[in-house]
Amino acid sequence: MQQWLELATVLLFLSNLAMLGLSELGACVRTVAFQGILLGFITLIVRQEGLSVRLLILSVMSIGLKGFVFPFLLLRSIREAGVRREVEPFVGYVTSVVGGLLMLAVSMWISARIPATATAMSSFQIPVALSTIFTGLFLVVSRRKALNQVIGYLVFESGIYMFGITAVGEIPFLIELGVLLDVFVAVFVMGIAMNHINREFDHIDADQLSSLKG
Amino acid sequence: MHLILSSVAIQLLCGITVLFLRRNSRFTSGVGAAGPIVACVIGLIPALKTLSGIANNPIHASWNMPLGTISLGLDGLSALFLLPILGLGALSAIYGIGYLRPYREHKSLNTSWFLFNTLGASMAMVVLARSVLLFLLAWEVMSLSSFFLVAFEREKKEAREASWVYLIATHLGTSFLLAMFLLLGQNSNELDFGQLGGLTPGLAGLCFILAVVGFGTKAGILPFHVWLPEAHPAAPTHVSALMSGVMIKTGIYGILRTLSFLGPPPPWWGFTLIGIGLISGVVGVLFALAQRDLKRMLAYSSVENIGIIVTGIGVGLLGISIGSPALAALGFAGSLLHVVNHAMFKGLLFMGAGSVAHGTHTRKIDHLGGLIKRMPWTATAFLVGAIAISGLPPLNGFVSEFLIYIGAFKGAASIGNGSSIALLAVIAGLALIGGLATACFTRAFGIVFLGEPRSEHPKHAHESGQDILFPMILLAGGCFAVGLSGFGIIRASASALAGIIQPIANNGLDPAAIRAEIFFAADSLRSFTYGALAILGLIALIALLRKRLLSGRIIRQAGTWDCGYIQPTSRMQYTASSFAQPIIDLFNVFQHERKRFKPPQGYFPATAFFETKTLDTSQEGIYRPIFEMVGRTLSKLKVMQHGRIQLYVLYIVLTLIVLLFWKLR
Repeated sequence: MQQWLELATVLLFLSNLAMLGLSELGACVRTVAFQGILLGFITLIVRQEGLSVRLLILSVMSIGLKGFVFPFLLLRSIREAGVRREVEPFVGYVTSVVGGLLMLAVSMWISARIPATATAMSSFQIPVALSTIFTGLFLVVSRRKALNQVIGYLVFESGIYMFGITAVGEIPFLIELGVLLDVFVAVFVMGIAMNHINREFDHIDADQLSSLKG
Repeated sequence: MHLILSSVAIQLLCGITVLFLRRNSRFTSGVGAAGPIVACVIGLIPALKTLSGIANNPIHASWNMPLGTISLGLDGLSALFLLPILGLGALSAIYGIGYLRPYREHKSLNTSWFLFNTLGASMAMVVLARSVLLFLLAWEVMSLSSFFLVAFEREKKEAREASWVYLIATHLGTSFLLAMFLLLGQNSNELDFGQLGGLTPGLAGLCFILAVVGFGTKAGILPFHVWLPEAHPAAPTHVSALMSGVMIKTGIYGILRTLSFLGPPPPWWGFTLIGIGLISGVVGVLFALAQRDLKRMLAYSSVENIGIIVTGIGVGLLGISIGSPALAALGFAGSLLHVVNHAMFKGLLFMGAGSVAHGTHTRKIDHLGGLIKRMPWTATAFLVGAIAISGLPPLNGFVSEFLIYIGAFKGAASIGNGSSIALLAVIAGLALIGGLATACFTRAFGIVFLGEPRSEHPKHAHESGQDILFPMILLAGGCFAVGLSGFGIIRASASALAGIIQPIANNGLDPAAIRAEIFFAADSLRSFTYGALAILGLIALIALLRKRLLSGRIIRQAGTWDCGYIQPTSRMQYTASSFAQPIIDLFNVFQHERKRFKPPQGYFPATAFFETKTLDTSQEGIYRPIFEMVGRTLSKLKVMQHGRIQLYVLYIVLTLIVLLFWKLR
């Protein structure tokens, strides 16, 4: 079990780096889907006590929503908005990947100081969870497309989820479902907003929204 | 105590009920006005009972808030301020029914009535509260509801700006109050009024200054008055009557209440208040004299009257610190009575101004004229108010100013050191204020109601409806009643006044001595009243004689001020500016009137113009530079406001990360 968990954690981190380095929108969305499935898998094996109905439902929700529903919605809106497939970053791809590695270093420094580390099975999970959070935020900040903000937000949420199930473990069921539902609504709203932005301005570049400023 | 609480509750209940009514339905104004009226009927009973010496039980209750207990109480000071709060509240509500009627087409009156009820209830709570948290809460509700009421006509730019100025001023004032209450409450753990105080003299002095600034902003003393002349004209008239007549007095209440926490006052407190009061009085009335907007003029005159009240408090404080019962008794009694009196005549004058604006659709003094023929009731009521506010006998303004005068005279005669100079300044200052106020209101009444119409507006004027006239006539009658029976009222309220003054003096004075001084003043007032009655009788006699002489003769009516010309025009009359010009030129040091003019030249002058502008000295000299500097400094932060979502998120992320590192450090 231990080695599977570590493998999944490493894969999660590698997918973060991939996200930072990928230049094509569709690939980013597919990586997010991969992360969702990975998280569902981690949910199943993370607790030493073994499986419970609660974890099972969470896992199914995670795989279902993040692995299939969201990517489907996002891919569809890419198709319908007819945007260029490039993510158009403010920060270059190589710099982003190096930044991702730096974020892992910072995360390790932080996790060494967080008392929750003791409960985690593997010493590697908390840093990866934190670096996933940072990666999500970095994606939100550094990419031009509104669609990328959604992707960044999803990654950010995955980080929180990962942190939650490893460090705290005993988060009430309802809250976790609530977070998932939040993201679901957010994706929906952003999808609608993006369609509207697209219709009004013929693009979905979030940085162009500054022209709305009074 | 339960009666007064139910009076507050009824206002809140009516306010909330009116929110649920259909927009501007038939019952909106009825239900909205019922709150203050019923509250007045119920609430006056305990207030009067308290003033007549029947004690009430204070209420204490715990509150699920940090530092919070609910403490309420009703003592003489609260009861005295409740009189105008409830009385003028009810009358303004009646007035509001008629005044708001033209707005029902395009305004939600429900909200306005809700806020009006909230304002009344919160003002009552301010004077009833006996714990800091409850007091500040009521204070904020009062400020906010009056802010929204000022912004009633928010589609007008002036109303919006006025309400912002008011909001900023009142919150700056409240920040001083927060600091003051924290200082006062350093020795207590529940911040109940009973536990406040016990400060060293230095800290008490600091608290005193904070109270004067914080409460003075609400009261409108110079130089914190700048919001008054903006907010009062912008608000609907029944609101400005309530704000100017009553709400600014909560600042006076605050100062008096704070004084009772601060321990024995050193003489400089009294000197400070006398100085501030006299300056507010003189400068306020000078600005009033220069105004062209009727309601703006009344707002400046409120600054003047607050100045008189603060002067009275200063005289009283001086009396406490030098141990003179005469000064203490008469100074405080005069200013407390002036609080009530000013509520009456200022309410009356604002209602009169509103009635004029209602009938003519303008408030510009220079556009009016000749209204006494078209609006006789309004004119008569306004005249009564104008005489009262000028402090002339036999009306009520004279009674309260007389008390301060006689106190200052007695003090100046009996005390032989520096204090007597301050008291002589009080006498001279009050006389100057009274004279200028008389000039100011002669100008207002003369230009607005006498002469001939100066523009099209007053030509089509019509008298206002009954619901507008009724409160005005009642208030005018009240001014007469208090003025004529002033000595009796003072005599009857001697022990109530002694009961109010005692806690402020920290029980350092003998109540019997205070009562004796008040009796003495009442007796000297009596002869004045008889003299005034004799003059009134004489006037009536002359009027009768005139009627007799004229009976049976032909009376021809002609235009006023026609100066013997065959075809006079209304532009030959005195204007408001020309009436005030000699006085304003004399006192130009205080107000910096700006003049631009081109005199007519040659035998057939072609173009000529004359234009004056009176700017508020403290607004132009103090506040505008400060706020412009703040604005310039802060506008550099606009760089942050670029509209890029990514960078906004970055700000949030950076903040969170900095906080995280700070915590983990």
